[in-house]
Amino acid sequence: MSVSKTFLALLEGGASHGYDLKHEYDARFGTDRPVAYGQVYATLARLLKSGLVTVDAVEAGEGPDRKRYAITEAGVADVERWLGSPEAPEPYLQNVLYTKVVLALLSGRPAIDVLDTQRAEHLRVMRELTSRKASGDLVDQLICDHALFHLEADLRWLELTAARLDQLAEQVTR
Amino acid sequence: MSAPQAATATPVSGCPGEGNLISCINLTKGFGSTAALDGASLDLAAGEIVAVMGPSGSGKSTLLHCAAGILVPDAGEVIFDGEQIGRMSDRRRSELRRTEFGFVFQFGRLVPELSCAENVSLPLRLSGVGRVEAARKADEWLQRLEVQEVGRSLPGEVSGGQGQRVAVARALVTRPRVVFADEPTGALDSLSGERVMQLLTAAARDTAAAVVLVTHEPRVAAYADREVVVRDGKTRAN
Repeated sequence: MSVSKTFLALLEGGASHGYDLKHEYDARFGTDRPVAYGQVYATLARLLKSGLVTVDAVEAGEGPDRKRYAITEAGVADVERWLGSPEAPEPYLQNVLYTKVVLALLSGRPAIDVLDTQRAEHLRVMRELTSRKASGDLVDQLICDHALFHLEADLRWLELTAARLDQLAEQVTR
Repeated sequence: MSAPQAATATPVSGCPGEGNLISCINLTKGFGSTAALDGASLDLAAGEIVAVMGPSGSGKSTLLHCAAGILVPDAGEVIFDGEQIGRMSDRRRSELRRTEFGFVFQFGRLVPELSCAENVSLPLRLSGVGRVEAARKADEWLQRLEVQEVGRSLPGEVSGGQGQRVAVARALVTRPRVVFADEPTGALDSLSGERVMQLLTAAARDTAAAVVLVTHEPRVAAYADREVVVRDGKTRAN
């Protein structure tokens, strides 16, 4: 997730202080991973330096001055470019589970146990997400669905691998 | 609804399945030279939802049919509430399936000549409930499954998702203690399937019915409390 692009896009809705920007980001996108304050101000400093935002007001207070950030025309163009560009699909060509399966086969351990253990853990997380969906709003449901579909894809691979273990064992131990 | 007393079944005590509502113990079942089950076991506690997972042809539907008394295993025992199903008379087994069990299949299997409401009231009518009371309960369940508007329609006139909700209503209208669901969302798109699962599991939990849910879809299995995997006719519980 690009925090800087997301901040920029949020600033299109109106100028904002770093504190408010962090809270809007966390509320909308940071369900499990809120952005740290240090990252918020470092990100805004970079955006300021590259001319994508500007400081449109400074309020003096008891602590440090509070800056209000606004997006520039260059910033709007940057957001447009970002939203219009596809994200690179992640091919997942290297994965730990495949490595574990192969190593189990090479060492003569039951590789099916590796797959079964992983299936149980995936389904445990899927149950949690399914339960969270039941009590969540549409935003929460869509976030959980995204995770559920990815976990399901892992499990489909896992089933396929389980069905081909004998063939795989023959190939890797040849 | 309390269980009618068995006429010929033998109560079992001190057996491995004691304490469970259903216990399938070391079942084997063959069709010709094909072994569909080869030492499969399944325990189901009252009110529990268990997903039976596995690839096509692994034996998971055969396990469900044996657990429900539809198929008789070649060896092993199926115990329901302390009674060995294999020792029950055909009449008692039929009665059990009508009163204690509910069924949901992949394609609904609604009676095409009857309206959706009549399909739901049918199990009640077969159990001797009067027409008016059966119709009232059918309406109540159609409403609960959010398909009251299709009550007068024939099954062929409703969508797949609506038909499956009618099938769930029919399965639960008798307040069974166990619902057997065999790929209940297999013919539905993601959104319809999800709604069917939400309504099925919510209704089962409300009525304290246990569910045996056969599925090859992990997202469907995630509605269950736990899963049992069937592979080559053998079960592995996680």
